[in-house]
Amino acid sequence: MKRVFPILAVLSALLLGYAFYEAMWVAPMERTMGDVQRIFYYHVPSAWTAFLLFFINFLASLQFLVRAKASTLRTANWIVIGVGVLGAVAPFVPQVQTQLPEGLYPSSVSTTAVMMAALYFLIGKYFRGRSLDVLAVTTAEVGVVFCTVVLVTGPIWARPVWGIWWTWDIRLTTTLVLWLIYVSYLVLRRFSDSAQTPKLAAVLAIFGALDVPLVYFSIWFFRTQHPQPVIGGGGSIDPRMMHVLLINWLAFSCLAFLVCWARYRLEWLQREVEETQALESLLGDADTARAPAKIPYSKIASQSRSR
Amino acid sequence: MTEAKISQSTAIIVVEGLIKQFGRFAALRGVDAEFDSGKFYVIVGDNGAGKTTLLRGLAGLAHPTRGSISILGKSPREACRELGYMAHPSLLYDEMSGMENLRYFARLYGIFGDERCGEVIRSVGLDPELARPVGQYSQGMRQRMSLARAILHDPQILLLDEPFSNVDVHSAWEMAALLGGMRDAGKTIFVVTHQAAVLKDVADEFVWMQAGKIVNRTEEWSPGGLAALDSPADDSAEGAQ
Amino acid sequence: MSSRRSITLATLAKDIRLEWRSKDAINSMLFFSLLVVVIFSFSFDPNAEESRQIAGGLIWVAFLFAAVVALNQTWARELRNQVLDAYRVSPAPANALFVAKALGNFLLVTLLEALMAPLFIVFYNLRAVGPAWQLIPVALLGTWALVVNGTFFAAMSLRTRSREIMLPLLLFPISIPAVQSMVEATRVILTGDGSARFWIVLLLTYDVVFTTACLALFETVLQAE
Repeated sequence: MKRVFPILAVLSALLLGYAFYEAMWVAPMERTMGDVQRIFYYHVPSAWTAFLLFFINFLASLQFLVRAKASTLRTANWIVIGVGVLGAVAPFVPQVQTQLPEGLYPSSVSTTAVMMAALYFLIGKYFRGRSLDVLAVTTAEVGVVFCTVVLVTGPIWARPVWGIWWTWDIRLTTTLVLWLIYVSYLVLRRFSDSAQTPKLAAVLAIFGALDVPLVYFSIWFFRTQHPQPVIGGGGSIDPRMMHVLLINWLAFSCLAFLVCWARYRLEWLQREVEETQALESLLGDADTARAPAKIPYSKIASQSRSR
Repeated sequence: MTEAKISQSTAIIVVEGLIKQFGRFAALRGVDAEFDSGKFYVIVGDNGAGKTTLLRGLAGLAHPTRGSISILGKSPREACRELGYMAHPSLLYDEMSGMENLRYFARLYGIFGDERCGEVIRSVGLDPELARPVGQYSQGMRQRMSLARAILHDPQILLLDEPFSNVDVHSAWEMAALLGGMRDAGKTIFVVTHQAAVLKDVADEFVWMQAGKIVNRTEEWSPGGLAALDSPADDSAEGAQ
Repeated sequence: MSSRRSITLATLAKDIRLEWRSKDAINSMLFFSLLVVVIFSFSFDPNAEESRQIAGGLIWVAFLFAAVVALNQTWARELRNQVLDAYRVSPAPANALFVAKALGNFLLVTLLEALMAPLFIVFYNLRAVGPAWQLIPVALLGTWALVVNGTFFAAMSLRTRSREIMLPLLLFPISIPAVQSMVEATRVILTGDGSARFWIVLLLTYDVVFTTACLALFETVLQAE
C-alpha cells in the first residue's frame, strides 16, 4: 500500500489532467450548445461512477445479509447465477431485442448482466464479514460525492442551454432519488446507536435497490404523458466525443478507486482503534499480576506502524 | 417443550468467554460460568458491574460480542419457551388491566383461555377480577403482576432483574418466599438485585460481579459486600448473620 | 399457520383497545390533519380547473405527514415500560408483530383519510370528471404503500437517536414512486385526462415488492439492540 498508492495517485493526476485537456480543447465543439456542452464530460462519467459505486454497495449489503445463514447464501448464489444467465441470453431473443431502447446493443446488455453477476461473486470472494460492511460504507460515501457532482453539473449545464435549472426528466430524477436514498443511508449509519447498525444499513440498501426500478418506471411513464427536454439529449454521439468521454470515465474511475481505497483504509483503521480501546478496557483491570495479552494488529495497521 | 426432568447435578446454563461491548465500553469482560438446574442464584455487585447485561444476555435480548451462552444446549433465542424474564420496567401495558395484559401475553405463548392467567395472578397474591389498569397499581402490585407475566408459560428458568426495587419490605419478603417456593418446585432462578439481604434465606448461591466479571461465588450472604470476601482464607460464614 | 394468525389478531386487537382507551395517536393526527388542510386552503386558492390538477398532490402530502405522526406514536407505545422486550423474549414470530402493527396503522390512516377527504372536497370544491370509484383502490393501495414501509422504518428508528425525525428521513426517499403514483392517479381521475390504470398497477407492484421485503427482513430489525 505504501508504495503503490502514491504511484497510482500520480498516475491518476496525470490521467485527470490529460482528460481535462481532451475535454476542454481537443473535443469538437458541439453544434447547437457550444462550449457549455463540455460539462457533459464531467456530468456523465460522474454519473456512471456513482452508479457503479452504489451498485457495489448494494452487492456488499446483499452479501452481508445473506451470509448470516448457509441456506440463504446458497439460495442467493443460485439466484444471481440465474439472473446472470438470463441477462446474458435474453437480449438476443427477438421479442426482447425489439424492446431495447435505441442505441443500446444486445451484446452490451448481455455483457453488463454477466459482469454484474461476476462482480457479486468477486466481492463475496475477497471481502468477508466486517470488511463487507466497511466496503459498504466506503462506496456509499464516495458514491454520494460523485452523485452530488452529477446533480450540480446537471443544472449548470441545463440553464444556459435549455433555459431551465431543473426538469423532472428520467435520468436526473432517478439520480436525485438515488442520492436521497443514500444520504438517508449515511444518516442512519451516523445516528444509529445499535450494535446491529451494519445489518440495519444493509437492509436499507436493499430497500433502496428495490426502489430504484420502480422510480425509473414511474418517471418513464410520467414523461411519456408530459414530455420535456431530456438533459444531455438522447441519440448517438460523435465518435470523437465518445473517445473523450471514455478517457474521462477512465480518469474518474481511477480517482474513485483511489478515494475509496483511502477511505476504506481509514475506516478499517478507525474500527481497529475502537476495538483496541475496547480490548484494553477489557484486559486492563486491577489484577496487575497478569501481563496484558498481546493485541494483534491487522495487516493494514502493521504496515502503517512499520515505517 | 421438554418434559424430561433434568437431573440436579447437570449444568443447564453454560457461559463461555462472554464479552459484551457497547462501542468502546466493555460491560462484560469475559464471563465463564456454569449454572445448575433447580438452584436459586442471586447476582450481586456494584452499579456497572455488568449484572443486567449478563441477565439480558441469558434472556437473548443482548447479543454477545464474543463468546457464547448455551441454555439447555440451545441458544437463548431457541430456548425462549423455557425462559421467563422480568425487568425493572414492568413490561406491561399501563392502560390495560392485569388480566387483559396476561391474556395478551398468554396468546404469544400459545396459551388460550383465562384459567391459566387467573391461576397465575392468584399465585402472586393478586386478584384476577381487578379491572384497574396496571398504570394505577402500586409498585409492589406492579412488580407482582410483572412476575405473573414472567411465569405465565411455566418456564424452567426465571430471570429477574431488580424485582424488589421501590417495593415495600412486606411485599419483598412475600415475593422472596414465592420465588423460594418456585425453586423448591424445580425451577432455576436468577435474581439481580441490590437488596440481596431479602433473599439470604432462600438463595442457594450468591454470584458476585465486579467490572464485567464474576469474581466470586459464595453460598452465604456477606453484608459487608465484596470487601468482606476479599481474602480467600476468610471463612464466609464469618461474614454471614 | 394458525398460531401466527392468532398472534397477529391478538396484537391488533390489543393495539386497537389501547388506542381506543388513550386516543393518543388519533387525536393528534386528526388535529394535525385539520390544520394542514386549512393552511393549504389559505395558501392555495385555486379555481375549479386548477384545483382538480393540484388536489391530488395536496391531499397526499397532507396524508403523508399525518401518517408519519401516527407511525411514530404506535411504536412509542411499545417502548413505554419496555414492553417490546416482553415480545422479543417470547416465541412469537417477528412477522406477526409486524403485520399487526402495519394493519393497525393502515386502519388508523384510512380512518383519517375518510374523515379528511370530505373536508378537502368542500374546501376545494372538488368534483371528479373521471371515474371516481377508482379513487378507492388508489387510496387503499397508496395508504398500504406508505404504511408498510413506514411501520418498518419506524421500527428501525427505534434504535437511533432523534427517533422521530429519523422516520421521515428514511421513509420519504423510498416512498417517492408510491407518492408520485398516488398523486398522478388522483390527478388523472379528477381531471379525466387519461387512464389511471398504469399508476394503480405500479402501486400494486410497489406494495407487493415492499411487503415481501418487509416480511423477510423484519426479524433482523426487531432483534437489533
